[in-house]
Amino acid sequence: MEFKELIKKKVRNQFGDAVEEVVEFRNDLSITISKNNIVDFAKYLKEDSDLQFVTCKDLTAIDWATRKKRFTVVYHVYSFKNNFTIRIKSNIDEEPPQIETVSSVWESADWYERETYDMYGIKFINHPDLRRMYMPEGFQYHPLRKDFPVIGIPGSLPLPKKVE
Amino acid sequence: MDLHSSIYNDEKLLKKLDAIREITIEDSLENEMVINMGPQHPATHGVLRLVLRLDGETVMAAVPELGYLHRGYEKMAEDMSYIEYIPHTDRLDYTATLCNNVAYVLAVEKLLGLESPKRAQYIRMMVAELSRIAAHMVAIGTYAMDVGAVTMVMWTFREREKIHNIFDKLIGARFTTSYTRIGGVAADADDEVLQMVKEFLDQFHSALDEMDKLLLGNKIFIDRLEGIGVLSKEDAIEYGVTGPNLRASGVEYDVRRAKPYLFYNELDFKIPTFSEGDCLARYFQRGDEVRESVKILYQILDKMPKGEIMANDPKHVLPHKTEIYTKMEELIHDFMLINYGINPPVGDVFFSAENPKGELGFYIVSNGTGHPWKMKIRSPSFCNLQVISKLCKGAMISDVVAIIGSLDPVMGEADK
Repeated sequence: MEFKELIKKKVRNQFGDAVEEVVEFRNDLSITISKNNIVDFAKYLKEDSDLQFVTCKDLTAIDWATRKKRFTVVYHVYSFKNNFTIRIKSNIDEEPPQIETVSSVWESADWYERETYDMYGIKFINHPDLRRMYMPEGFQYHPLRKDFPVIGIPGSLPLPKKVE
Repeated sequence: MDLHSSIYNDEKLLKKLDAIREITIEDSLENEMVINMGPQHPATHGVLRLVLRLDGETVMAAVPELGYLHRGYEKMAEDMSYIEYIPHTDRLDYTATLCNNVAYVLAVEKLLGLESPKRAQYIRMMVAELSRIAAHMVAIGTYAMDVGAVTMVMWTFREREKIHNIFDKLIGARFTTSYTRIGGVAADADDEVLQMVKEFLDQFHSALDEMDKLLLGNKIFIDRLEGIGVLSKEDAIEYGVTGPNLRASGVEYDVRRAKPYLFYNELDFKIPTFSEGDCLARYFQRGDEVRESVKILYQILDKMPKGEIMANDPKHVLPHKTEIYTKMEELIHDFMLINYGINPPVGDVFFSAENPKGELGFYIVSNGTGHPWKMKIRSPSFCNLQVISKLCKGAMISDVVAIIGSLDPVMGEADK
C-alpha cells in the first residue's frame, strides 16, 4: 500500500492543480488529470525511475450522456517494476471531443485510440493514423455513444440490393 | 493504319496502350504488388484481413484490417443485466470459453466485493486450466497445419475432444458453456468428473511427448519457424503484447503470478519463458504452458475442498431452482434479481485474468443500476495483433502465415 501513497505524493508534487481527483475503489487507484496535461503526465509516468509505467494495457472512453463534460477518456497503464496498474482519467467536453494522443508515449495506444475514435468519435490530436477500427469507412455514427440505439440505425449500413 | 488508332482517338490513351504493350515479364516482377490476404483465408484464423504490399516475395508493408466479426458486445452489455451477459462471454474467445466465463464473473464479483466459496473457486480454476489446455491444443494444431504439418491437427483435436467430453459431463455443453455464475458455479463437480479429469491427465503427458516427437523431428517445420518473426522484449512491452507471445520474448509476466486471483497463490507452478522471441519459441512456449497446466490440475485435484458452490448472498446470487419453487423468500429474490439486476455500488473496476491468448480484462463502470453503464473488454487478441505489421515487414510471404499462426489471434475476441 506504500506504493500508492508514493504515486499520489509524486503526482501531486509534479502536477499540482492539474490533478483533479484521486479515487480509490476496490483497491484500484484512479487519478483524474486535466486534459491539457495528459501527454506530460503520460511521459512522466513512463519515464520516472520510481514509477516506470512502461506499458499501456487499455484505453477507452465513457459517455456520460448528461454531464457537462460529456466524455471521460480512461487509460490503464501497468508498471512491471512495481507490479501495479493505475487508471488515468481525463474529462473532455462534448464539443469539440478531442484530446492529445498518447501514442507517442505508448506505442500500443495507437490501435486503442483508433478504436475509441471509432466508437465515440473522440479525435486524438496528432495521431499518426486515425481511421476507424471496426466500422466501415463511410459510416456516419459512433456506435458506443449513448444516443446511438442498440438496434442500430436502419439504412446506415449499405446492404446488397434485392435482385428483381 | 494501326488497329489502335482506328478505335481510339485519344492521344494520351494511345501512348499508354503502347507502353503497356512493351511490358515484359521482367518488368512486372520489378514492380511492387498489393494483395489482399483474407478475410476468407484458411490461415488467418477467422476473418482477419491483411493488405500486403509485396516486392517479389518480400513483404514491404502489412496492414491488418479488423471488424469483420464485430458484433458490438460492448454496446449489448449496456443493455442487459450482469447475469444475462455471461453467455455472451462464451463468444469472445470461442476456443477457451470457460476462461472468459471465469474472468467475467470475477470482474463482477470484484465490483460487488463478493467472494465465492472455496470449492467454487477451485472448480473455476480446474475448468479454466482444462480450457487453457484445449485452447493451446487448437493453437498448436492449427499452427502446425498452417505451416504444412497437417497430421498434427488431428492429434491435438483428439485431446481437445477428451476435454470437451469432461465439459459435457460437468456442464452439459461442449462449446457454449456459460458455466460460471455470479457468486459461484452452475453445477458441482462430482467424483465421476474428477475421475475423468484424472484419467485425461494420466494419458495426456505421453500424448504431448508424441506430438513433440512428430513435429520436432520434422526439418521443414523447424526451418519454417526458426528465426522468423522475431519480437524483441522491448517491442513486446511497448506494444502491449501479453500472454504466451510476451513470455516467448523473455518477459516473465503472468497474471496468475503477478496478481493472483482465485487460489493460484496456493499452487506451485513455474512460468516458462523463452528469450528468442521467434515463431519457434512461441510454439515451445505453448507446449511448456500446457505442461504447467497439467501440473496445476494435479494439484487442484489433490486439494479440491468440500463445501458449497454458491456464495450465501441472496441479494446478489441467484438461488437454486428447487428453492425458488418451494420457498417464498427465494422466489422474491429470484424475481428481483432477474427483473432489476444485482445493482452493484457506484464505481468502476478493472479486472484482468490470464487467458490462453493473453490478459483478458474487463473494465466495468456501474451507476448503481442493474445494467453496467459501460463495459470495456480488453481483449488480448486485439492487442497482440497490433505487432503483426511490425513482424511481417521484411518477411517472406510464406512467413506471414507462420507469424499469424504463432501469434494465435481469435477474431471473435479481437473484433468483439
